[in-house]
This record gives sequence, C-alpha cells and structure tokens, in this order.
Amino acid sequence: MIMDKASFEEKSKEIRRLTLECIGNLGVGHIGGCLSIVDVLTVLYYSQMNVDPANPKMEGRDRLIMSKGHAGPALYATLASRGFFPKDELYTLNRLGTNLPSHCDMNKTPGVDMTTGALGQGFSCAVGIAIGSKIKKDGAYIYTIIGDGESQEGQIWEAAMLAAHKKLDNLIAFTDYNKLQIDGPTDEVNSLSDLPAKWESFGWHVQRIDGHDHFAINEAIEKAKKTEGKPSMIILDTIKGKGVSFIEAAGAGNHNMPITKEQLEAALQELE
Amino acid sequence: MEMRAVFGSELDRMMESDERIVVIDSDLSKANGTLFLRNKYPERAFDVGVAEQNMASVAAGLASYGFIPFITSFCPFATRRICDQIAISIAYAKQNVKIVGTDPGISAELNGGTHMSMEDIGVIRSIPSMVIFEPVDAVQLKKSMPKIVEYDGPVYIRLFRKAQPQIFNDDYEFDLFKADVIQEGKDVTIAASGIMLSESLKAGELLRQKGINAEIINVHTIKPIDSDTILKSVAKTGCIVTAENHNIIGGLRSAVAEVICEKCQVPLRSVGVEDIFGEVGTLEELKIRFGLTAENVAAKALEAVEAKK
Repeated sequence: MIMDKASFEEKSKEIRRLTLECIGNLGVGHIGGCLSIVDVLTVLYYSQMNVDPANPKMEGRDRLIMSKGHAGPALYATLASRGFFPKDELYTLNRLGTNLPSHCDMNKTPGVDMTTGALGQGFSCAVGIAIGSKIKKDGAYIYTIIGDGESQEGQIWEAAMLAAHKKLDNLIAFTDYNKLQIDGPTDEVNSLSDLPAKWESFGWHVQRIDGHDHFAINEAIEKAKKTEGKPSMIILDTIKGKGVSFIEAAGAGNHNMPITKEQLEAALQELE
Repeated sequence: MEMRAVFGSELDRMMESDERIVVIDSDLSKANGTLFLRNKYPERAFDVGVAEQNMASVAAGLASYGFIPFITSFCPFATRRICDQIAISIAYAKQNVKIVGTDPGISAELNGGTHMSMEDIGVIRSIPSMVIFEPVDAVQLKKSMPKIVEYDGPVYIRLFRKAQPQIFNDDYEFDLFKADVIQEGKDVTIAASGIMLSESLKAGELLRQKGINAEIINVHTIKPIDSDTILKSVAKTGCIVTAENHNIIGGLRSAVAEVICEKCQVPLRSVGVEDIFGEVGTLEELKIRFGLTAENVAAKALEAVEAKK
C-alpha cells in the first residue's frame, strides 16, 4: 500500500508505460481512454482495494467493474504491475487466443471482475454485484468506472436510479470525464450538460475532482466510504491521452489510434 | 392450477433451502405471480421497475457473485427488448441467469401486437449457449424448475401464465434436454410446443378418423433441440409437421428444419404465425385468426403424408 506523492506518480508512470507497450506491440488500440484513467487505477489497486493477486477470486474481495470496457489495456497494465499475471503477457493483447482482449473478459483475465464492452451494461452489473455484496453482508466495496460518452446510454440512468433506490453505499463509481468521444467533443455530439447535477438529482453522493491528482482521488474515495445510505459518484476531470503530449494533442482522434514503434519509443521516453 | 401460481410456489419452495436463488421483477410481479415472494425474502426478491435492460445486467452481476437470479417480464420485453444484455452481460459473460418471459405469442391476447412475441425464440436461439424451454403444463413446469436451477447456464423460460390442460401425471420424469413422445404413431410426426401441443393432440384424433396414425412429440426444449428423438421419429413416419405459437421463421419449424435437412430429408409442413405481427383478441379468436388450430395441424399433416408419395 502506497500513500506518498512520489510513489503514486512513479507507479502511474510505470502503468502508463506498460499500457503503451501493451497496445504498441500490435500498434493500434484505445490509447486515449486508457491513459485518462491510469491515476484512479493506481490509487485503487495500490492504496484502496482489498484484493490478492495470488488469489484473484478471493471471497469478499473488493471489485472493479470496468464498465468502459475498451479501457481493458489500462486495467491489464495495472493488474500486471500489481502481480496478477506476468508483465510479458501484456504483449499478447489482441493476438488470437490471448487472455487479454480489447474489451475486458472476466473468464479470461485473472483479476478482471466482469465482462464488459457493450457500453452501459457493466455499470448495471456493478449495481447487481453491490446488491449481492449487501445480501451476503461481506463488507466489500464495489468500484466501477464509466466513460462520459458511455453516460449517453440510457441503461446508465436505469442503473443509477436503482442504485440510489437500494441505498447502495458500498458502490463507488467514477466517471472518466475527459469530455471527448469518438465523434468529437461530448458537448458537440450530445451534451451531458450539468453532469454533477444529474447524478445529484438521481440521489447519489457526488464529488468532482482532478482525475490526475492521486491525493484528491484517495481522499474522495475515503469520503465516499464514509457516506451512508447513498451510492457515490466521483467525477474525474481528466485529459484523454494524459501523460504523452502527442497523444493528448490528437484529441478525439486518440480514442482508437495507431502508434508506430518510433512514437512508442518517444512516448516511453516522455514517461521516464 | 395456473402456470404462474406453480412458478411462484416452486420458487418459494426452492428459495427456502437455496439461498442462491434471487427473483427480480420489472413491474410485472403481479401478472407473473412473484409479488408474494418479497414478504418472505425481502433481500432476494425485488423489483427494478420498468427497466428491463438494467434488470438483465443487474442479474448478471448477481450471478457473478454466486447467485442464481430469475428475471421476469412479458416475453417480448424479456427477449427482444434486452437482446444485447442477454447476449453480452449474460451469455457471453457466462452468467447463470434464468430469464422468464410470460404470455408467449398470441397468448398476450388483449395486450395485442406490441406485447406479442412472435420472434422471441428466434432472437434467443441465435445467441450462443442459450437454452430455450417452453413448459406445456403445470406438472412439467413444476418438475422442470429444480432441473433448471441445477443446470449451470442461462435458460430462457417461455411461460404461458394461465391454466393449461394437463398433459402429464405426477409420475412423469422430466429431462430438460429430452423431448416427450406423447403419442406414438407411424404415418406422420407432429412436433409441437407450448399451447400447440393440445391442438396437436386434437389433430391426432381428427387424423385417426381419416386413418392416419400420428406420432406426437412435445418439444419443450427448442434449444438445444433433441435431434435424436426427432430423427428417430421421422425415420419411422417419413414426414413431419411443426406446430408452434411463434413466427414460423426462427422458432421450432426452423430448428426442426435444420435437423432434418442435414440428417434425414423428409417432407416438412408447418403451423405457426406466418411472418406477421400480432393483434388484439381473445386466445380462441387469435388461434383461428393465425391458423393455430387442430384443424390446421391436421390439414398440414395430411399434406405432409401426401408429399411422401
């Protein structure tokens, strides 16, 4: 468990490097939306979550449902860094027969808690898991990460309503609010308008923070854990492609982008 | 006894001893006979409101946590409306969720075309790993429930809600993957499902009067279809008629055609909804409107027998 600023930053750099090496091996992938959530993954897996890499299916463990399932590579990099499987396996991403497909698959990858990729569904699954944990009274925390573009799915709001109705205070959700989606800026495609107000009106405990500030993320999770009777939404203001200048500059184009060997080398250097 | 009452009481009985079973409704618990479970099992029986997509994925989440959820709605909303959630959250993710749709096909009666699932079997049948089961009477439903819980995988149960004529006695032995030969015969096979079994039995009588001896099979599980029983029957009779309360495209007729075209090519005729939408009416009126009658089954059987020559 790490708590100091330098260690958090070093770990996030490592996970960003692993994410890029993972995607860079085949040379194309969902780079932008992976890099934007590395900091929250670092805090979750290195400071908050009760998980055991040697026993990935441990009863009563905390779980993470990556509802924005296309961010699989960032999760795989985090899990490999944490020791769930060898880092070398990251190079098998999207190779035929791999355990690491583009979108998360709980039946293939140790440490992945739900199969996701059809947007909106993972969030509902997380609500179901949080209900299950309440029935079993095992004290687990259920974390889930949704995209801002994903928040245009109606199913997100069906699940949001139920989570508040069932008072799921063991459910802590994050929105990767990078304000970009495949077809352009979210505000231009189909605006989410006042996102915090939407979640508040659905009966959630809402915080909005800098999604690249590890301490802020850690503190927001602590506050969420202390909140009783309500599920928590932590809206992370993030930068799509965070950490590598030419990827950030690609904007909406970095959702699923190619990366050459030379670009990969340059990116890895920037993350030294 | 109404089918929904049997469904509810069997759930109740099983939930008492099996804490894995969860029942999730989407605002149709009164119609589906599951409302009373909430008094006894307030944590494991609950409503998600009119939100079927969420219901399916919530159930998948619960299944991933070791529970065995039953989710309920009317057939069209339990299938075509949530096709992607069934495909991805449930089937692709290998989650053990039991999907219960009620009022199949024309049995939605006065709710009409919007509530009539003529395509639900077709929709679900094309999703890998799905099992599709349509019980024919209260005895079969009761016997099937523990087997469905025991089976580790997603099952779609296509459930007629109201009372059905009794076909089986209490000593009936149920096998989820084995069709029931209800009546043996040598001239034509009639493969029926759901409400069309009773019509087919009546058709068997009509055919007997014409000197035709029909073998009548209740295909309660449409996927995976019991091809052995069908092939054994057509090897003897040399022709087959399918009878179903569903579009003739995608359902029982299609499943049977797939079996006989590959393994034993014999004349096939079919009774079902002929690729049109539903409409309002009473069940008896709608049976006549859509040709889901004993007379039509008998007529198609005669056609099939004639086609053998």
